[in-house]
Amino acid sequence: MRLHRMVLLFVSLAAVVGWTSDPPPESQQSASSKTTVRTDGLAAWQQVYSVLTHPRCINCHTATNYPQQGDDRHRHFANVVRGPDGKGVPALQCVTCHQEDNADSTGVPGAHDWHLAPLSMKWQDLNDKILSSAEVCRALTDRSKNNNRDGAALLKHHAQEPLVLWAFQPSRRIDGSMRTLPPLTHEEFVEVTRKWVEAGTPCPQTR
Amino acid sequence: METYNITVNGVPKQVTVDPGTPLLWVLREELKMTGTKYGCGIAACGACTVHLGGVATRSCVVPVSHVGNRPVVTIEAMGDDPVGRAVQDEWVSLDVVQCGYCQSGQIMSAVSLLKSIPKPTDTDIEESMGGNLCRCATYTRIREAIKSASQQLKS
Repeated sequence: MRLHRMVLLFVSLAAVVGWTSDPPPESQQSASSKTTVRTDGLAAWQQVYSVLTHPRCINCHTATNYPQQGDDRHRHFANVVRGPDGKGVPALQCVTCHQEDNADSTGVPGAHDWHLAPLSMKWQDLNDKILSSAEVCRALTDRSKNNNRDGAALLKHHAQEPLVLWAFQPSRRIDGSMRTLPPLTHEEFVEVTRKWVEAGTPCPQTR
Repeated sequence: METYNITVNGVPKQVTVDPGTPLLWVLREELKMTGTKYGCGIAACGACTVHLGGVATRSCVVPVSHVGNRPVVTIEAMGDDPVGRAVQDEWVSLDVVQCGYCQSGQIMSAVSLLKSIPKPTDTDIEESMGGNLCRCATYTRIREAIKSASQQLKS
C-alpha cells in the first residue's frame, strides 16, 4: 500500500515538472541552457559592477585629470594631478606619499605601485556621474581599452592586483575611523568575477 | 628594534630602530641631520621631502624598514649637486625665504622637478610643487626662483 502511494506521488510530481513528457529538442535545450548561463552571468556582473563603482575603486578610475578621495569622491587634496602615465608629476608622484602599505599612524593609504587607472578604464563621466552598468561592462571587456585583458586576465587582475586587494583592506582615515568597504568581500568579488567570466563576460544590453 | 643599513647622501649609515620609525626621525634623531623638517607628519605639507631612490618622497610616512637599498638624498647634499646648487643660489638671489621652515622641502621638490623637466612651464611648477605648503605664501618667489634656476642651468 505504502509502495503504491509512493509510485502515485512520483508519477504526480513527474507530471507536474514534465518528466513524463518527451524531452525538448536538443536545439531548444541548448538555447535554454545558454539563456540560463547568460542570466546567471549578468547577475554576477551586477555584483562585480557594485564593487567597481564603490569609492574605494572608482576614486582611482576617474575620468578627470586627478584622483578623488573619500566616500563623497572629492578632488584629491594638494591639487594632485594624473600626470602622463597616471602616476603623478615629477615632484608630486603618487609614491611621493603613498608607500607600500597603509600607514595607520597617519591615515595615508598605501599599496604597491600606487597609481591611477588609465582614462580608458574610467568608470565615471566628466561630471562625476557613475557610468551605467552596460557602459562599464563594455569598457571592461574591450581589449583595446583594458590593457588587452581577456576574461582570465580580468579574473587574475581582480584576484591578485595589489591595488584591487587594497580596496578590501583600506585601513584607517586620518581621523582614525575605518574607511568604508566595497559591498562584497574580496573572496566574494573574485567568485562573482569568476562566474561572470565563465559565463562569457556578458554585458547588459541597455545603455 | 632592528638594525638597518641605509645610504644617505652617498654615505653608508647603520641605525638600530623600531621598523616602523619614519625615515624623517631616523634622519633627524638618529643621524642628527636636521635639515629635513617635521611639518605635519601626515604627508600633507611637504616640509620633510627627501629624494628616495631618486623620487621626491615625504620622509614622514616612509617606515625605515621600507627604505631597502634605495639611496636617500637630503637637503644637506644639495650644495654639491649641480641642480641643487643652482636652485639654492636662485633662492638666495631672489630672497625667496621668509620664515624658512618649509624651504628645505620646497628645494628638494624643486630639484626633483628640474631634474625631470629642465624647462618647466608655470603649469609644471604649480602641479609639481602643489604638495609643498608655505605658510608665508612665498609661492610666487618660489616659482620665479625655479624658472631662474632653469635659466641658469641652461646657460
